[in-house]
Amino acid sequence: MGITGKDLFLIAPELALVVAATVVVLSGLVSRQRQLTLGLALLGLAATFAFGIALWDDVHANGAQSAFNDSLIVDKFALYIKFLVAGTAALVLIAGLEYAERFRPYESEFSGLVLFSASGLMLLAAAADLITIYVSLELATLPVVALAAFVRMRVAPIEAGVKYLLLSAVSSAFLLYGFAFLYGASGTMQVVSSGSAPTIAQSLAAGTAAVPFGGLAVMAGAVLATAGFGFKLSMVPFQMWTPDVYEGAPTPVGAFLATASKAAAFAVVLRLFYEALGGSSADWSTLFAVLAAITMTIGNLVAIVQSNVKRLLGYSAIAHAGYMLIGVAAVTAHGQETPDASGISSVLFYLAGYAAMTLAAFFAVLVLTQHSGDERIEAMAGIGKRAPLAALALAVALLGLTGIPPTVGFMGKLFLFNAAVNSGLVWLAVVGAVNSVVSAYYYVGIIRTMYLRQPTGEATPIAAAFSGRLALVVTLAAILVLGFWPGGLLEVARTAASGLVS
Amino acid sequence: MLTAITFVPMIGAALAMAVRGSARTTRLIALTTVLAELGLTISMYVIFNAQGDTYQFVQRAPWVSAFGIEFLMGVDGLSAPLVLLNGILGVAAVLVSWRVETRVREYFMWLLLLQGAVMGVFASLDLILFFIFWELELVPMFFLISIWGTGRKDYSAMKFLLFTFLGSAFMFAAILALYFSFPAGERTFDMTALIHKDLTNLIVPSSLVFSGFLVAFAVKLPIVPLHTWLPDAHTDAPTAVSVMLAGVLLKMGGYGLLRINAGMFPDELAAAAPLLAMLAVVNVLYGAFIVMRQTDLKRLVAYSSVSHMGFVVLGLASVGAGAAQLDGTGLNGAAMQLFTHGTITGLLFVVVGLVYDRAHTRHIADMGGLSGRMPLIAIGFMVAGLASLGLPTTSGFAAEIMVFLGTFPAYGLATALCAFGVVLAAGYILWTAQRTMFGPPLERWAHLQDATRVDVAAMGVLIVPIFVFGVYPALLTDVFDAGIAPIIASFAESASFVAGRGG
Repeated sequence: MGITGKDLFLIAPELALVVAATVVVLSGLVSRQRQLTLGLALLGLAATFAFGIALWDDVHANGAQSAFNDSLIVDKFALYIKFLVAGTAALVLIAGLEYAERFRPYESEFSGLVLFSASGLMLLAAAADLITIYVSLELATLPVVALAAFVRMRVAPIEAGVKYLLLSAVSSAFLLYGFAFLYGASGTMQVVSSGSAPTIAQSLAAGTAAVPFGGLAVMAGAVLATAGFGFKLSMVPFQMWTPDVYEGAPTPVGAFLATASKAAAFAVVLRLFYEALGGSSADWSTLFAVLAAITMTIGNLVAIVQSNVKRLLGYSAIAHAGYMLIGVAAVTAHGQETPDASGISSVLFYLAGYAAMTLAAFFAVLVLTQHSGDERIEAMAGIGKRAPLAALALAVALLGLTGIPPTVGFMGKLFLFNAAVNSGLVWLAVVGAVNSVVSAYYYVGIIRTMYLRQPTGEATPIAAAFSGRLALVVTLAAILVLGFWPGGLLEVARTAASGLVS
Repeated sequence: MLTAITFVPMIGAALAMAVRGSARTTRLIALTTVLAELGLTISMYVIFNAQGDTYQFVQRAPWVSAFGIEFLMGVDGLSAPLVLLNGILGVAAVLVSWRVETRVREYFMWLLLLQGAVMGVFASLDLILFFIFWELELVPMFFLISIWGTGRKDYSAMKFLLFTFLGSAFMFAAILALYFSFPAGERTFDMTALIHKDLTNLIVPSSLVFSGFLVAFAVKLPIVPLHTWLPDAHTDAPTAVSVMLAGVLLKMGGYGLLRINAGMFPDELAAAAPLLAMLAVVNVLYGAFIVMRQTDLKRLVAYSSVSHMGFVVLGLASVGAGAAQLDGTGLNGAAMQLFTHGTITGLLFVVVGLVYDRAHTRHIADMGGLSGRMPLIAIGFMVAGLASLGLPTTSGFAAEIMVFLGTFPAYGLATALCAFGVVLAAGYILWTAQRTMFGPPLERWAHLQDATRVDVAAMGVLIVPIFVFGVYPALLTDVFDAGIAPIIASFAESASFVAGRGG
């Protein structure tokens, strides 16, 4: 079967990004204007959004559609993640405009790599078979390795890059090994299928008796795949790299890694476990519930003793991976007999809210450390007076991450814990709520330092470029608007999630 | 109307922050806001018809319809007086803050935001809305204590935050468990609907849900041993914040116990009544004994709060008498105690703050003979003190006598022991008055000025309700009765549930 025009339309958002990335990189040969680079990149992202909206309408009218011989599935779930990834990439590029000065003379390559990685993440959300999952994952990961090490002549970024590269390689190995088991047990690569090819779920349902080690092979495959994705999700016990890389990598890269990368990873985990393994006999719910509880507890407890704000955000990212795993556990808790999308939709909602809060926090750190380069929490003393907007954004983001209303963080946790209780995991909701209390200690501690401590050095105002302020205002508005009126986004998330259930 | 009552302080807060005038302008904005607020709450209270519908001024609008979260506000006999109380204390808090000089705009912004959030707690009838306001109140409190406080203010603010937040984590889980116990179509966060449902068969044992709420409210009230944040927070908070904290924030705990624990879980509350009676005795007596050995005037008042909140717990324990004998006197007394303690202890904190402003010490041993230098403040102290120990004609007497009458049939010994707490209160109040206000005038306090007109107004706002509701408590009790009646009815209902199951 050849490639049809329809196939190209279905991956138009990614194609637009790849074209934009190429143009951006080439433009670097003729012009070193950072504004030009950014303009071109945003143009590409705008095209991505336009195609995405057109596809949403198409999917809304005609249902989910598969492309390239069933290797990709374009449904609302995938599109939701694509919008999230593209939006995150746009904000990261805008906020990083000033920061990109440090990448001289490779500013355009920086933007290009972000776009390449974003296109990989978007494909990942739509991957319909195991091979596509793996290829997209690599496409998303390799640019980030380069990005993490982007500031030359300094040790920390290079260390971060190498660390990310090695651990990605290890996690890929786990993942492939797991996929091999799944393929062996089911005889197919399809996670979802529109045509005659059987899916993994169907083959497994037909019975694994004929397969050597039958159920055990499925179990081994799923556990290894969980381990492989665990790296991307920053799930305990595969979380070790997260704080190191977030701290060492350039701040915009850290922001991208913490939000877009995590969103796509959650998307693929939800799709794989729900669609391919949802009907299998193994008890995923308990596995993910326990992992969720451990992940958030370790993330929050270790975050308390951190003194570097980016490192702290790394541990906070681990903790939040734990909260979102609650939603994954709630998905599988109900299995197929009572399709209920509350777990998936709560994860989708939380991913968006988490992206807004984490981006706001990273952008604020970006602005605050732009000139001083001092990332210690103590150095935040008196920031409230010196950089009111960045301090406000950081404070609201941290309150949101704690889960205090009226921010999107509260609503997100409300929906996640809702899903947990709905699946009979009341204990997990309690663990989550108690963890929020623990996290209040270190989040509020930063706010206290910003507003209540006197600055140590001279209290000169910290200037922020227009681009930085714009990114801060957008994320800040998102945190508050989604906190007051979560209904709209929640509806979209539910529609997106329902595609995975039916 | 309730929406207005909730959001007027918040609009005032925004105005106080937005208008960049002198400190005086900001103060006037704040004062106008709280006076308008007081006007609104008084008219709400007057219009409230104790013989009318259970819930009045109800406003209902969908909010997050996917989860059935509504913007549902309304008051019943239980919350209406507390809304009024918050209106009164708001005025006192702003007046007593007249001398705040640092970061004036921010200060009044947070103070007004605090008042608005507490209004929201009392006026919400949707559990999620209730919870949001409950959490929202933490933010202003944290900043008010840690910026304008004294002493170990950072420590106290953080301790307050973490204690309350931990309590509310349990409440949050309990709310969700409550929601999901019903089949898809019947799920609701609407308290007015939940109170009529049979909550004996939940997805987790109802005693766990009950305990989740109990822990959250016990932290707030506070019930020993969850009280340790309170003396710290009170001592280090600025005066107005202590007034609000003692006056209305603790009342949120008592209100929650009455509305949710008593209203929705009659069986569990009846089962827990012996425990509550015991805790009440511990609260009253332990609090009172600790008061005796305080050297810091403010800490003394803080511990007296712990002691007095024990009476609220005792009033709740009156349900142990069984549905047949339950006439609501004990519960009504508990509610009454919430209100009267708000005005009385609010006044005590105002007086302590005024003394501290002048003498710059709260150390009791350093004081003496202050009544000669500042007779008006001394009068305020004596009114509050005597009301606090339950002197007849003050509202403190009415509340305590009702608690004792209501609970005595159920737990005679516990009631007797708690009544001994009143004797102790008489002891420590009079002893403190003797050591601070009376006695020979000291030379070093010769320069102290008496209360200004603003200070007198701050005290007056609180003294008036103490006497009005003391002389004619029916003004309050009739309204509270209207709120308690449905709770009593739910006890009767649950008794018939039990009977029904038995047969």
